[in-house]
Amino acid sequence: MNLESFLIVGAAIFAIGLYGVLSKRNAVTVLMGLELMFNAVNISAVAMSRYIVPARIGSAGEMLPQLLTGQVFAIFIITVAAAEVALGVAIVIAIYRNRETVFVTDVNEMRR
Amino acid sequence: MTLGDLYLISPELSLASLALLLLLLDLVVSRKGFLAALAVVGLVVPLVLSVALWLGLDSTGPEPVNTGVLANTLLVDKFSLFFKFLVIGTVAVIFLMSGEYARKFQRFQTEYYALVLLSATGMMLLASTIEMISIYISLELSALPLAALAAFRRDSRSSESGMKLLVLSGVSSALLLYGMVLVYGFTGSTMLSDVAVKLDGVVFSGGQPFGSYALLLGIVLMVAGFGFKITAAPFQMWAPDVYEGAPTPVTAFLSVASKAAGFAVVLRVFYVAFPAEALSLQWATVFAALAVLSMTVGNLVAIVQTNIKRMLAYSTIAHAGYLLIGVAAVAARAPAGSGDAGPSGVLFYLGGFAVMNLAAFSAVIAISNRTGSDLIESLAGMGRRAPVLAGVLAFALVSLTGVPPTVGFMAKVYIFGAAVNAGLAWLAIVGVVNSVVSAYYYLRVVKAMYMSPALSDEPLAPEPPLRIALLGTAAAVLLFGIYPKWLLDLALTAAQALHLS
Repeated sequence: MNLESFLIVGAAIFAIGLYGVLSKRNAVTVLMGLELMFNAVNISAVAMSRYIVPARIGSAGEMLPQLLTGQVFAIFIITVAAAEVALGVAIVIAIYRNRETVFVTDVNEMRR
Repeated sequence: MTLGDLYLISPELSLASLALLLLLLDLVVSRKGFLAALAVVGLVVPLVLSVALWLGLDSTGPEPVNTGVLANTLLVDKFSLFFKFLVIGTVAVIFLMSGEYARKFQRFQTEYYALVLLSATGMMLLASTIEMISIYISLELSALPLAALAAFRRDSRSSESGMKLLVLSGVSSALLLYGMVLVYGFTGSTMLSDVAVKLDGVVFSGGQPFGSYALLLGIVLMVAGFGFKITAAPFQMWAPDVYEGAPTPVTAFLSVASKAAGFAVVLRVFYVAFPAEALSLQWATVFAALAVLSMTVGNLVAIVQTNIKRMLAYSTIAHAGYLLIGVAAVAARAPAGSGDAGPSGVLFYLGGFAVMNLAAFSAVIAISNRTGSDLIESLAGMGRRAPVLAGVLAFALVSLTGVPPTVGFMAKVYIFGAAVNAGLAWLAIVGVVNSVVSAYYYLRVVKAMYMSPALSDEPLAPEPPLRIALLGTAAAVLLFGIYPKWLLDLALTAAQALHLS
C-alpha cells in the first residue's frame, strides 16, 4: 500500500459525494453526499499524516512519537460533520412539515 | 493553558457565556423582553475586555506584541481585535433592530439571541486563528448557528433558505478541507506560519511547486471554500435565496459580520501562509478575476430585482467584489515593501460597509415590520409617510453607491487607490465603472420612496431601540465619511499587526 492508493480512493469518494450533492433530488441523499465528501477528506488527511509527516528526532538523537495532526484533524471533522447532519435533518423535517416533500427540486419557492 | 491564556480569549468566552446564561435564564424568566435587553447590555463585557486587550498590546512597548494562545492556534493581535470590535458592534446593532421582529418568535426568542451570540463567537475566533484545524472549527461554529437562524421562522421560505445555506456551506467546507489537507500533505504542518516557512524556498520544477499541481489545487480549493463564505462570484448562487428567505435581522448579520469574518480569515491565510512571491502572484490573479466577476454579476443582476432583500443580496456580492480588489492589491505587493496599504483599505472598507449596510437593513426592517412586505414597490411614498426612515435608507443607499460625503465614498477611494498603487489600475477602472452601474438600482429605490404616490397615508414610526440603531448607523456613515481618520488609523494599526504575524 502506498500513499497514492489512499489519495486516489479519497479523491474518488470526494467526487462521488460531490456528484451526489449536485444531482440527487432527495434532501436526505444530498446530506449523505455531503458526508461522503467529509469522509473522503478524512481518508486523505490520515493518509497524509501517516506517509508524509517527517519523523521527529529529539535532542539526544532518540526517536520521538510521530505528530498525529492529520488524525486529530479527522476526528474534528467527524465530530463537526455529525453536528452538521443533525441540523440538516432538523431542517429537512421543518421543510417536510411545511410542504410534505423532501425533494430539493420542489423546494424552489424563491426562484420563480 | 494558564489563567493568562483565559484572559486572552476572554472576549470569546464572555460572549459564549452570555449565550448560555440567556438560555439558562430563559427557563425561569417569563418576561422575554428582559432577556432581550440583557443580551444587548451583556455585550458590554466582551467589548470592555477587547478594549483592555488592545490597550494591553499598546503598553508592552512601541512595537505591537502578538501573543499566541492555546498551543499557538490562536493569535491575539490588533488585527484580530479590530474584527472583534466589528463583530461585537454588529451584534449590538442587530439586537437593537430585532426587538419587534424577534417577538414574532414568541417563546423561542431567547434561542434566537443565543444563536446569534454563538455564531458571533465563532466569527471572533475566526479572526484570531492561525492554524488550519481551528480555522475549520471556528468557521463551522459561525456557520451552523447561522443555518439554524436562517430557518428560524419555520415557514416554507425560511426553512428553504436554511436548507440552502446548510448544504452549500457544507459543500464549501468540504472543498476548503480538501484544500487544507493537500496543503498539509505538502508542508507537514497545519500551522500557517510553518506552511509559509516550508514554502519559502519552494522549488518550482516544471513550472509547478514540488513538480506537481497538487499544491496549487489545494490553494485553489481553499479559495473556493472561502469564496462561498464571502459570497464572491462564481460561488455566490446561495446568497440571494438565503438572504430573501431568512429573517431580515439574520440577513443583515449574514451580510455584514459573516462576510467580515470571512475576509479576516482570507487575509490571514493568504498573507501569512502563502506570501512566497511566486505563489502570491498566482493567487493575486485568481482574486482579481473573482473581483471582476463578483462586481459585474452582482451589479448587473441587482438591476432586475423587485424584492429589496434580494437586491441587497446582489449588492453584497458586488461589494465583495470591491473588497477583493483590495485583497488582490495586497497580494500584488506582498511580500516585499510596505504592503500595508492593501489590508488597511480592506479593513476600512469592511468597517464602512458594516455601518452603511446595517443602516439600510434597519430601515428595511422598520418598514417591513409595518407593511409586511419586502417588495421595492411597497416602499412607495415612504418619503412622506416616514421622513426619517426614508431619509436614512436613501442616505445609506447613496453611501453604498459611493457618493461623498459618505463612508462608502472614502472606502472606495482607499480600495481603488491601493489597487492603482499596486499596479492594478485596470481593476480600479472596472470598479469605478461598476459603481456607476450600481447607482441605477440604488437610486431606483430612492425614486420609489420620493416620487411614487403612497399606498396609504398612515404614518409609520419605528420603536425606540430600532430608532437608536437607525440614527446611530446613519450618524456613523456621515461621521466616517467626513472624518475618516479615526477609523483609518484603527485599520492601519490592525493591518500592521497582520504584517508582523
